[in-house]
Formats: sequence, structure tokens, C-alpha cells
Amino acid sequence: MDIPRHTAAAPSSRRSFLRDNPSVMWFMGCLGLFSLIVTILSEGMGIGLISTNLVKVLGMTLCLCLIAIAMDVVWGYCGILSLGHFAFFGLGGYAIGMWLMYARTEIVIRDSLGRGTIPPTELEVSEAVAAQIFGVVGSSELPMIWSFAGSLTFQLGMVVLVPGLLALVFGWLAFRSRVTGVYLSILTQAMTLALSLYLFQNDTGLRGNNGLSGLQNVPGFLSTPQAIISIWFFWASAFALGAGYLLFAWLVSGKFGSVIRAIRDNEARVRFLGYNVEGYKLFVFTVTAIVSGIAGALYYPQAGIINPAEIAPIASIYLAVWVAIGGRGRLYGAVIGAASVSLLSSWLTGGGAPNIDLGFYRVVWTDWWLVLLGLGFVLVTLFFPKGIGGLFDYLVRKQ
Amino acid sequence: MSALLEVSGVSVTFDGFRAINNLSISIGEPELRAVIGPNGAGKTTFMDIVTGKTRPDEGRVIWGAQSVDLLKLSESDIAKIGIGRKFQKPTVFEDQSVRDNLAMALKNRRGPLSVLMWKASAQDNTRILELATEIGLTDRLEHRAGDLSHGQKQWLEIGMLLAQDPRLLLVDEPAAGMTPSEREHTTNLLKRAASTRAVMVIEHDMEFIRRLDCRVTVLHEGSVLAEGSLDHVTRNQQVIDVYLGR
Repeated sequence: MDIPRHTAAAPSSRRSFLRDNPSVMWFMGCLGLFSLIVTILSEGMGIGLISTNLVKVLGMTLCLCLIAIAMDVVWGYCGILSLGHFAFFGLGGYAIGMWLMYARTEIVIRDSLGRGTIPPTELEVSEAVAAQIFGVVGSSELPMIWSFAGSLTFQLGMVVLVPGLLALVFGWLAFRSRVTGVYLSILTQAMTLALSLYLFQNDTGLRGNNGLSGLQNVPGFLSTPQAIISIWFFWASAFALGAGYLLFAWLVSGKFGSVIRAIRDNEARVRFLGYNVEGYKLFVFTVTAIVSGIAGALYYPQAGIINPAEIAPIASIYLAVWVAIGGRGRLYGAVIGAASVSLLSSWLTGGGAPNIDLGFYRVVWTDWWLVLLGLGFVLVTLFFPKGIGGLFDYLVRKQ
Repeated sequence: MSALLEVSGVSVTFDGFRAINNLSISIGEPELRAVIGPNGAGKTTFMDIVTGKTRPDEGRVIWGAQSVDLLKLSESDIAKIGIGRKFQKPTVFEDQSVRDNLAMALKNRRGPLSVLMWKASAQDNTRILELATEIGLTDRLEHRAGDLSHGQKQWLEIGMLLAQDPRLLLVDEPAAGMTPSEREHTTNLLKRAASTRAVMVIEHDMEFIRRLDCRVTVLHEGSVLAEGSLDHVTRNQQVIDVYLGR
């Protein structure tokens, strides 16, 4: 067959990833600039315009942005409306929280026991640590799952492995049976609800409804002021968000992105092209679950506390709302949605926003915030199906 | 000419309705075959069975010289073994470019990791261009598939089928909604494809089938009523009664 030569040459080599995705460079630039500004204005390392508390809130927001882009990949790109990704976020938080709590308690215990004349035995230390941590749930024994809680490497491994394995097993069972659409969403809700109820029990070894606390104190840096630690975590969160953004942008840019979007649009057709749809879904579900776990592991040391209420079904629904408001199917849309909605939420419910006195009625934002969010969600769905991120299309087209 | 696909004694029932009734049909390689029949004759269900979408209640579906039992394979495995399918309604991925649609269908490794690492080789790009030329969409390669005309979408889907390089193409009503000149182009496409592989075309339009100039199988109530040249089957009294006579 005769092929025109000039057309054959043009698109043959795949152009560079960054040139193909200008939004990635823009995003990295904005993230870097934002981190720099926050550092300069911070209490810990800069001129002190931003309080340590606000630095923590901003760092936590970056972690929420990270789980939001994971949600966007699984939902906006692959079409799986998972309403359970916050379970993975929470598991990541618990995994790192165990180390933070155990190692810090151990240091404190060794310190106080060491003041006596006879140095304590290892058994004494571990019993004292267990009594200290689990006294609140009426136990003094260290549960099995805490066996390696003193090892940072082990618990960091758990941050990745526990959410990853849960997603792998759950996803394999669900996708293999070809559960799709709203049924899958309900299953994922059931998963996060079951996990949350399980963790609420006192005998599961994770302190029941007390959860894990004091996570802001990092063992080894107990005398370092929170103002400094908060900046470290802020940087780590910014770095993780940047790395996660790069990973997902790369994932969705090439043929892989093409296939998962095709699965979203017409799963049966992709099957007849010879692709194992279930394998792809499982891959995307598991990778995004792992990233969610990492986001959670960075979030909870900044929050200071994690308890089973964090992974209640509603949290995962909020996640979907952020992504929908920000704009599905574009990564920066998820970031915009998560950042704006969660910051607005903490401003309105944290007492930052002044209540409005209408004379006949007093608008108390803590009560009205959810109504506002619900209304916003409905309006965005009806009038801006592409979300806030969709406005960028408008701007680009105008140029 | 040995049989590439052999369907024998297949029956399938949906809620008491017997869609396919002891159907036996086979096709060689290369061969062009038209399948006709009134609505509800079981043409689409037949394709569903061959491509693994529907499991029959009884019967055998055997593939190739190694006599592979297709009933044991999943849809994606059947596609990988060399059976391509074009749906009645054009189903291309409208949000993606014509190039991406074709690239997805290209005969390459299909696993998630190999796809993740995939980069279009010079060979892939040449193949995409060849296919685009074949289906007349060279200048639309970078356009959204959703912006194509109805006929062009049908061709793109045929192009995607050819990209898979299947040994058997199942084509459901390729000429539906096409203008006469588009039909002619489609006929040529199918005839060319059938010179190297097996092509089975389901069609309603007699004029279109006459142009294909091939062996015809008439289905009625889920089984084969007649088979032979178009002239042969159109002279068959039974065929005239159930289908053409009305």
C-alpha cells in the first residue's frame, strides 16, 4: 500500500511527556511556589504570618488533594465510583500511627524507668508500654498486630501493604464477579462501614473509639518544636502530592490512560478488543488505594489523632463530592475541588467565618455548612458537569 | 478449505424464548459469508455466542486447526485468539482521537504493565497509517472519534477490527445508515479483508449482499433455513415464505 511519506514521519516518535501535558508543569510550578510562600510566612522557619496550626491545616489539605487525585483516577478516568477510598487513607494513618505511638511511649517509659537504680528489663519496658497504651481500653497486653510496632521500617511497609492487599482482595472479588456501577459503590461503602465498625470495638487492638493519639509527637524529635515539625510534614505532603501527580499524570497520559478511559465509556467493547478489563480495574483500584494509604500516613501525624470515625462512609462520599465539584477526569480539577471544599469547610465549621444575623434568623455556619455543600454539589452537577476545572477549558479556548 | 469456526448443535433459551435452536454453521478461511434473516432470527445472538458474551445451553463452538473450545474462554481471550467483532451501532471511543482508537486495537500485548510501558514503534505508526488509508481517515487521525460522521465511525470500527488482525471478523450490519457511495466503500473494504481471512457479515439489505457476491446463510427462528449463493437461496420457496415474500 502506498503511504504518503511526510505524514508517516510526523507523529511517529512519542513526544515528550511534559510537552504533551502542559498542565503538569503548571501544577508543579504552583505547588512549588505555594510551598515556598508558606515556608517563608510560617512561624517555624519564616516571618511568622502563618501560625503553626494553619501550616498543619495546609499540609493536611495537601494530603487530601493527594487522595482526591487518586479518587479522580479511579472514578474520573476508570469509571469506578469507589465510595470506600477513605478506608485505605485511614489504614495508612493507623499503620504509621502505631509506630508513632509505640515508639514515643517507649521513649517516655524508658526515661522514667531508667531513673530507678536497677535498669529495666526489655520485658518490663514492653509491659509498661502496653499498659500505657492499652490501659484506656482496660487491657495491658500488647495485641499481636503491635508485635513490630517499634520498627519504623515495618510500619512504613504496612502503610503500603495493608491498603494495597485489602484493595487487591476486595477488588479481585468484586471485579471478578463483574459487579459494576451503583452496586460496586454500595459494596465499597459496605467495606468502609464494616472496617469502621470493626475498629470501633475495644478488642481489635487499635484502642477502639479512642483511636491513636499524640501522633504529632515524632519519636526522636520529641524536643523539636511543633512549629518546625509542622513544616517538615508540610514539605513531605507537598512532595508526596507532586510525586503522586506525576505518577498519575503519566499513568493516564499514554495508551494505558486510553484503555482505562475506554473501560469507563464502554467496558464490553474493550473486552471484545481483547483486553482483560478486570485486570485493569484491579490494577487501578490497588494503585490508587496504595497512594491513598500514603496520603493518610502523612495526614494523621499532622492531625495528631486518628479514630474509627475518620473512615465512616460519609468521608468517602465527601471525597467523591470534592472530585465532582473540582471536575472529574482532570487531575488538577480534583486538587482544586479537594483544596477549596476542605479549606472552606474548616473555615466555616472551625469558627473562622462570622455568623450572619438576619434579624429574624441567625445563620450559624456550623449548622448550615452541610446544606451549603449539598446545594453546591447539586448546582455543579446540574450546571457545570465538568466542575470548576472545566472553567480552564473555557479560558484555554478563548485564547 | 478447512473450517475455521465450527458451530454445531447450539441452542440457547432466554426466559423460555428459544433464540437459537440447534444451530450449526461453519466458515472457512479465507471466506466471505453473509448471514441474513428476519428480525429475531437469532443473528446477533449467534455473534454473542461466538464472542463469548452469551453462553449456550447446549452445543459446541470449535475454533481453528487445534479445535479450541471457545465456550471455555472469556470474551477477551476469544478476542485475543483472533475473533474480531463489529457491533450494529458503531461503538468507537468518542472521547478519544482516531489514532488512539486504532492504537488501542493494534495487535500488541494486552496486559496492564505492557500497555503502561507501551510506546508507538515506527512499525505501529506505519500500521496505523496503513489502516487509516484503508478506511479513508488519514486526515482525521488526530480528530476526536466523536466528531466523525456516522459512516466514518463505522469505518473506524472496521479499521479497529482490522488492527486486531483477526482471523475471523464478525460484522453486524455495517452498511446501516450509510449513503450509497459509503456503502460501496464498505463493500470494497469487506471484500478486501475477506481475501486473507474469514469475514461474516450480518445484513438486512439485499442490494448490499448482492454486491458482496458471496455465499449466503439464511437464519430463521434460530436455525439455518438455507445456504448457498444469493440466487440459490432467493429461489428457495421456504426462504421466500418466511423472509422475502413478505
